[in-house]
Amino acid sequence: MNAAVQFVHDQLTAKKEHPKFKAGDNVTVKYKIVEGGKERIQDFRGDVIKIQGSGATVTFTVRKISDGVGVERLFPILSPNIDSIVLNKTGKVRRAKLFYLRERSGKSARIKEKRF
Amino acid sequence: MKGIIGKKIGMTSIFGADGKQTACTIIEAGPCTVTQVKTQDTDGYTALQLAFGDKKEKHSTKAELNHFAKAQTAAKKFVKEFRNYSIEKALGETITVDIFAEGESVEVVGTTKGKGFQGVVKRHGFSGVGEASHGQHDRQRAPGSIGGSSYPSRVFKGMRMAGRMGGDRVMMKGLKVVKIFPEKNYILISGSVPGHNGSIVLIQK
Repeated sequence: MNAAVQFVHDQLTAKKEHPKFKAGDNVTVKYKIVEGGKERIQDFRGDVIKIQGSGATVTFTVRKISDGVGVERLFPILSPNIDSIVLNKTGKVRRAKLFYLRERSGKSARIKEKRF
Repeated sequence: MKGIIGKKIGMTSIFGADGKQTACTIIEAGPCTVTQVKTQDTDGYTALQLAFGDKKEKHSTKAELNHFAKAQTAAKKFVKEFRNYSIEKALGETITVDIFAEGESVEVVGTTKGKGFQGVVKRHGFSGVGEASHGQHDRQRAPGSIGGSSYPSRVFKGMRMAGRMGGDRVMMKGLKVVKIFPEKNYILISGSVPGHNGSIVLIQK
């Protein structure tokens, strides 16, 4: 990356330590929500299906099945609204982008857990 | 009027206090040297001539070198004039990004990326034919009629057609200064600015 862009990133983005995760992992994103002047934390738990971007503009997409309907949510990884990220399961997948999960449902939409 | 010459570095995005992400462009602006002060008496109008970016002496003409020597500065790559400059500066003084403040609204002038020979759909936003059936064949992006037949028996001047696109001088108005790094001469401007990375832009107000 360009040295100047890197410099601006270092100056303006607050560093946060999140666990390392990849596509296929199951994570819980604890996201801050302001409602009526009050702040609360909402959990979004699902499988990471995509990580894209570089530097300060990295985003990741989490997919979950809610009441039988697939829901996807995209988070900028350095967003100050992300309180924390919890890594629940490490998935065993062969791809970096798991868009094939969108066409699947039920048993075939599961991701095998990687055991060490 | 105040302004500075800069080089577009690239784009990034930063988070505001409310957690909202803003796309912004990094520009390395200045330091610029004042190489000529034009006044009403000598030139008929007032302006400041600014120079930006060093170049080798062997790549400069003698005329250029002597012109820069008057301001006691090395040979410069880019020279631009700003009319009615609001800040008093003498010959040989430098102008840095400090002339702008964070949150200020500015204009950015640049040359857009060249797109080559483009059709009317990309160049002028025509909608094209719109359907492939009903007698249409191989003309989805055609311009359609360009005028009447017996009257006026010619095509009106300025009719929008295919041709060279991009490479135009464009001014973007109402952009905000997001952040300034005076020690690095960087200035962050909200949104995008014309041109490719490394191209010369003018930031003015």
